[in-house]
Amino acid sequence: MSSEVLARREAVRTDRTARFERMVEIRALEDAVRGLFAEGLVHGTTHTCQGQEAVSVGVAAALRPTDSVCCTYRGHGMGMALGLTPQQVCGEIMGRVVGSIGGVGGSMHLCETSIGLLPTMAIVGAGVPVAAGAALTAQVRGTDDVAVAVFGDGAANIGAFHEGINLAAIWKLPAIFICENNQYGEYSPIAATTPIANIADRAVSYGIPGEVVDGQDVDAVNAAVATAAARARAGDGPSLLEMKTYRYAGHSRSDTAPYRPAGEFDRWYERDPINTFGARLTSEGLLAPGDTDAIAARIAGEVDAAVDEVKGAAAPGVASMFENVLV
Amino acid sequence: MARMRMNQAIAAAIGDEMRENPDVVTFGEDVAVAGGPFKTSDGLLEEFGPLRVRDTPIAEMGFMGAAVGAAATGLRPVAEIMFVEFLGVALDQLVTEAAKFNYLSGGTVRVPMVMRASVGAGLGFGCQHSQVMESWMVGSPGLKIVVLSGPGNAYGLTRAAIRDDNPVAVLEPRILYAVRGDVTTGVEGIIPLGQAATLASGDDITLVSCGSTVRTCLAASADAGGWTADVIDLQTLQPWDVEAVLSSVERTGRLAVVEECPYSGGWGADIVAKVVSDSFGDLKAPPIRITAPDVHVPFGKELEQRYLPSSEYVGAQVSELLATGESPPHWWERDGALV
Repeated sequence: MSSEVLARREAVRTDRTARFERMVEIRALEDAVRGLFAEGLVHGTTHTCQGQEAVSVGVAAALRPTDSVCCTYRGHGMGMALGLTPQQVCGEIMGRVVGSIGGVGGSMHLCETSIGLLPTMAIVGAGVPVAAGAALTAQVRGTDDVAVAVFGDGAANIGAFHEGINLAAIWKLPAIFICENNQYGEYSPIAATTPIANIADRAVSYGIPGEVVDGQDVDAVNAAVATAAARARAGDGPSLLEMKTYRYAGHSRSDTAPYRPAGEFDRWYERDPINTFGARLTSEGLLAPGDTDAIAARIAGEVDAAVDEVKGAAAPGVASMFENVLV
Repeated sequence: MARMRMNQAIAAAIGDEMRENPDVVTFGEDVAVAGGPFKTSDGLLEEFGPLRVRDTPIAEMGFMGAAVGAAATGLRPVAEIMFVEFLGVALDQLVTEAAKFNYLSGGTVRVPMVMRASVGAGLGFGCQHSQVMESWMVGSPGLKIVVLSGPGNAYGLTRAAIRDDNPVAVLEPRILYAVRGDVTTGVEGIIPLGQAATLASGDDITLVSCGSTVRTCLAASADAGGWTADVIDLQTLQPWDVEAVLSSVERTGRLAVVEECPYSGGWGADIVAKVVSDSFGDLKAPPIRITAPDVHVPFGKELEQRYLPSSEYVGAQVSELLATGESPPHWWERDGALV
C-alpha cells in the first residue's frame, strides 16, 4: 500500500493530467459515499467535499511528502489528493480494516504519515495551532519542511485560528494557513457569522501575507501555495491563503442544504473545478477531445471496484478497541 | 544527591533532559526570559537558547496546540500552563487531540508532550487560581497524569514524563514549589510512571494520597497516637498503581483516600471503588474519602485552611473510623460546623 500511496502522491505533484484524474476520483468517491448511505452501509455521519476538489489537489500539488498537513473532518478530498487510495478512504468511512487507520476512526478520521497527513481533526479550528507546532519542529530541527493547516471558513471565527496564526507569525514559523471558504459554516452562510468579505484580510493583523485565491482553479491554488511554501522554506514565515470555493452538498449527510438560495448552486456549478480544468487541459492539448469523458468513465469504474472491495473487507475486531490507547 | 527546592528540581529535570536530547523544547508564558513565574525554568534560556526555550503569548489554546503538533512530528515539548485553570481554554488540545492522536493514526503518530501546570490551594490566590482540576483529565484515555508531592519526586517524575511517548500532564502543587528536600539527580533519579511510593509503613490503615496531601498524610500518621498507617503517594494518578494499594489494604484492612479536590468527582472515588470491588473480603471497616467540600476555594487565610484537609483533620477522621468502625461524617456535615 505504501508504495502505491507514494506513487499517487508523486503523480499529483508532477503531472497536471494526474491532478485532473485525482479531482475526478475524489468526486466519484464522494458521490459513491452518498449511495452507500442510502444502502445503509455506513454507520454515523460523513462530510463530503464535492465542489472543492481543486483546493485539495492544488494544495497537494505544491507540497512535498515530508511536509505536514493538518486537515479537518471534511478530509476525504485532501487525503486522496495527498495520495490516500479510494480503498483507504472508503474503508475508513465504512469502518473496515482496509481503512486508512484500520477502520477505527470513521469518516472524519484519516491519517497517513508517509505522505505527511497528520490525524485529521474533527474539532473546528484544532488543526491551526497543531500546524504551527509541526512548523516549529521544522524550525527547531533546521529542515526546510513546511506545515499546512487546511480548515473551513467556520474555523476563522474560533479562537484557535487567532492563537495559532499569531504564534506562527511571531515565531516566523514555516506554516501555511489555508482557509477553504466554501461559503457555509455548518448550516450558516458566511455572511451571518463573519463581518468581513475576505478572511484573507485578517492576515494584516498578524503582519503576514494574506491572499484571496480562486479555489475553483487548481492551477491558481497550486501557484499560490507554491509561493507561500517558498516563502516559508526560506525562513520568511507563514501566510494566510483564502480559497474561495463552494460546498455542493450539505454540511453532513443529514443536511440537504434547504437554506441555500435558489440559483446559487447553478451559478457555482458553471465554474465547476473539474469541468473547467478538463476544458483547459483539452484546449492546451494535454488531453484530446473526448478524453475527459473517457477518464471519468474509467475512474468511475475504478472507484466502484474499490467500493466493492471495501464492502467485502472485514470490520475491526474487539481487540482494536484496546489498541493504540497508550503507546 | 542534591538539596533543592521543588521548583529548582523541576528546572533541573527539564535541563537534564534538554541536555541529553536535542528534541526537548520548552515554552509557555514567561518561561524563557523570566525563568518561569514560579522559577521552574530558571537558567534554561541561558543554556539552551531561544530556539528551544520560548516565551509564548497568553494563548494557551495556541501553544498547547503547538505542543501537540511539535510532538506529533518529532519534538518532545514541555509546555507550561501557569495556573491549571488556564488549561480550560486549551483542554481540547490535550484530551481530544493529543490523547487521541495515537489511536487516530493507527499507532503511527506518537505525541510525547508534557503539559506542566501549577495546581492547588493554600496561597490565597482565590477560587480561580487555586483548584487542582485532575477531574478534567482523569477519565481521558490516552493521557497520563502525574502529581508531584515535593522536590524528592519532582525531578524523577518530570524526567520520566518527558521521556514517555504518551502525552503526560504533570500537576505541580504550587504550595510546594518553595519546599526544600533531598533530590537524587541523574538517570538514577528517574522515577517510572505508574509506580506509587510507600512513604511510611503501619498496620492499622492505608492512607492513599498524592500531591499536596502526601505531606498531610505523613504528618497525620506521625502525630497519631494509637494507630499506625501505610502512607502511599500515588505519584501517577493515571494509570495508578493498583497493586501497591491493594497489597497494602490486604494487610491493613482499612483505607482512607485523602484528596485536595472537592468530594464530587474526585479521583479517590475510583480508588475506593476498586478496593471495594477487588478486596471486599480484606476490609475491616468502610473505606473513607477525606476531601475538600463541594464549594469554591475560599480566599481568606482562615477559610482556605479550613477548606483544605489538614493533618489534624485526617488524624481525627482516621481515629474516629478506628474507634467506631463506621465512616465518620465530613467536617461540613457535622452539627455546628457551618457557623
